[in-house]
Amino acid sequence: MSRAIGFLTRRKGGTGWDWTDVFTFVWLGAAVIIMFGPAFWLVMSSFKSPAQLSEFPPTLLPYEAQAVVVEGYDRPLPLFSVTDDAGTRTLAEVRRVGTVAQMVDPENPGEVQRINIANRTPVRKVGFSWDNYLDPFLRFDFLTYTKNSIFVTVVATLITLLTNSMAAFALSKYEFRGRGFVVVLIIATLMIPLSVILVPLYSIVSGVGLINSLWGVILPTVATPTGVFLLRQYMLTIPDELLEAARMDHASEWQIYWRIVLPLTAPALAVLAIFSVVWRWNDFLWPLIVLSRQEVYTLQVGLNAYAGELNVQWHYLLAMTVITMIPVVLVFIFLQRFITAGIAGTGLK
Amino acid sequence: MTGVKGVLGAVVAAPLGWLARLLEAPLRLWQRLAGQTGMVAFFLLPNMAIFTVFVLVPLVINIAYSMTTGAALFLPERTFVGAAQFERLLRCTDYTDLMTCQEDQFWIALRNTGTFVVLQVSLLIVAATITALILNRALRALSFWRAVFFFPVLLSPVVVGLIWRWILDRNGVLNAALVGMGMDPVNWLLERNYAFSAAIGVTIWAHLGFFALILLAGLQAIPRDLYEAAEMDGTKPARVFWRITLPLLMPNMLVVIVLALIRAVQVFDEAYVLTGGGPGTATLFLTQYIYEVGFASLLKNPGLAAAASILMGGVLIVLTLLQLALGKRNERRGKLK
Repeated sequence: MSRAIGFLTRRKGGTGWDWTDVFTFVWLGAAVIIMFGPAFWLVMSSFKSPAQLSEFPPTLLPYEAQAVVVEGYDRPLPLFSVTDDAGTRTLAEVRRVGTVAQMVDPENPGEVQRINIANRTPVRKVGFSWDNYLDPFLRFDFLTYTKNSIFVTVVATLITLLTNSMAAFALSKYEFRGRGFVVVLIIATLMIPLSVILVPLYSIVSGVGLINSLWGVILPTVATPTGVFLLRQYMLTIPDELLEAARMDHASEWQIYWRIVLPLTAPALAVLAIFSVVWRWNDFLWPLIVLSRQEVYTLQVGLNAYAGELNVQWHYLLAMTVITMIPVVLVFIFLQRFITAGIAGTGLK
Repeated sequence: MTGVKGVLGAVVAAPLGWLARLLEAPLRLWQRLAGQTGMVAFFLLPNMAIFTVFVLVPLVINIAYSMTTGAALFLPERTFVGAAQFERLLRCTDYTDLMTCQEDQFWIALRNTGTFVVLQVSLLIVAATITALILNRALRALSFWRAVFFFPVLLSPVVVGLIWRWILDRNGVLNAALVGMGMDPVNWLLERNYAFSAAIGVTIWAHLGFFALILLAGLQAIPRDLYEAAEMDGTKPARVFWRITLPLLMPNMLVVIVLALIRAVQVFDEAYVLTGGGPGTATLFLTQYIYEVGFASLLKNPGLAAAASILMGGVLIVLTLLQLALGKRNERRGKLK
């Protein structure tokens, strides 16, 4: 405990409280709440039942109303804690008429009491509504959406790594006419976002028959100038003597590429792979345009469609939002070091 | 760590390695037939073919699209109208009143985007700078604190939008907190100014960590002895900040500002999921306008959408050139040192 206090009150110079120390603690303290709080709240809410979600003010933990089986009644009856002139006791509700509820004592089910509903509160304990997670997969199309998202992410990342690294290899290890032109072309398009070429891109994807196909989502995104640029910069640092030595030993150019250069480029490939996975998993605008049939929706498009319905079923929506978040959170937890190093080094995201 | 590497290896490296081995023999033959030039062509072909078809060609024919009209999707079937689409976008009878413009939606989107860019980028840069300065204070558990700010950066825009829609809901937790403190609940997403502020706040929340990270890298590159010298001279902290930290951080700062501008001009995903452009047109931004005119509305007008996207592209090209120039300058300075 004293160590914790010592940690919390540690200051810059160790002499007196500076206003910057106070400001630092306020800023960091607020950051923990503001940055982690929303996701934490999402996860907590995703385990609540529809009735609980509509409660105001909301509770932090998800609760379940308790019910008991009472002799003489078919269905389990909801339990309430009743406080009135006759004292405090636990009763089960048989039916409710206006503001008056007909209730019975589970121990003594013969006698029906009339209780004003202002005098009672439901009995409940912490409980998680796992149905929020199961139903969308069993009854709706979320399993399909998840499969589509995984397919797009994995295939697009594989193609990106392969084609980008091949192009980067050619642009870094060979002298040929027009090389400078291609490099400039790639750098010039580094920052051209998809949103600027939506209309013609749609017509081309439509022309090759890939509307409402996952390949229509994958192909326009894989030839990333960013990836070629990143890998080329890295490959330029690999000494050409290595390649020459391999040629002496009669290695083919293809073997030089995948047995010598690719393994040496592994750190840059890892960064590109991580980014590609996150990009493709999170893509929204382009899939939204290309995919208009339910069975090819990715998770992001499916979530958006679900959130746009007239009566939003928040209990399902929140659970599916958590599911959509999980892969990215895993990437964050395990690969954060690579990502932060990649961003600080290259400024790409 | 080994587990993650193992999974990555199995999913990524194994299929690629299998493919590579399969290609070995046919490519040796190709190399003998076509020589090194043939191999260069082979290495470049897949990427450049996809790049040409899905990036370069669209870039070029976008201009052609902007000069045509009609609902037909394919270019040869469309009617050439010259600059009429641009004229339609830009014409107003009275430029002081947006409602008199022929495409008032475009002007509203333009005004919203302009306001958004100015407010969001300035607030974002200030917050990111403060965060980077604090993270640079030789904190204990730096990687934890960096993670706190960086966590939302990787979340998908749809998830970000939904998380905040849930929090800002009329019966959401933020209003519960307000009521708990004795204040009136606010209809965050249904009142114009609040919805606009929410769009700004949520996008800052989502991107703060990214920009703070780049600035932090810049701060860490400032030589320590400069600060030691300043301390020996008894320089006031404020003066140290204005005379040492800020000037030396400037190259990174400029890059960050331009990057933030480029992002802000294209704002779409988070805001669209959060507010859907509403209430009314309060949070209608340019990208959403292009999306709706080109794809979502009943009266699709691809030509008009193309024209609007070219105007937006023009702004982005200026910003990109600025960024490249800054990058070049930084590189040269780095070499001089």
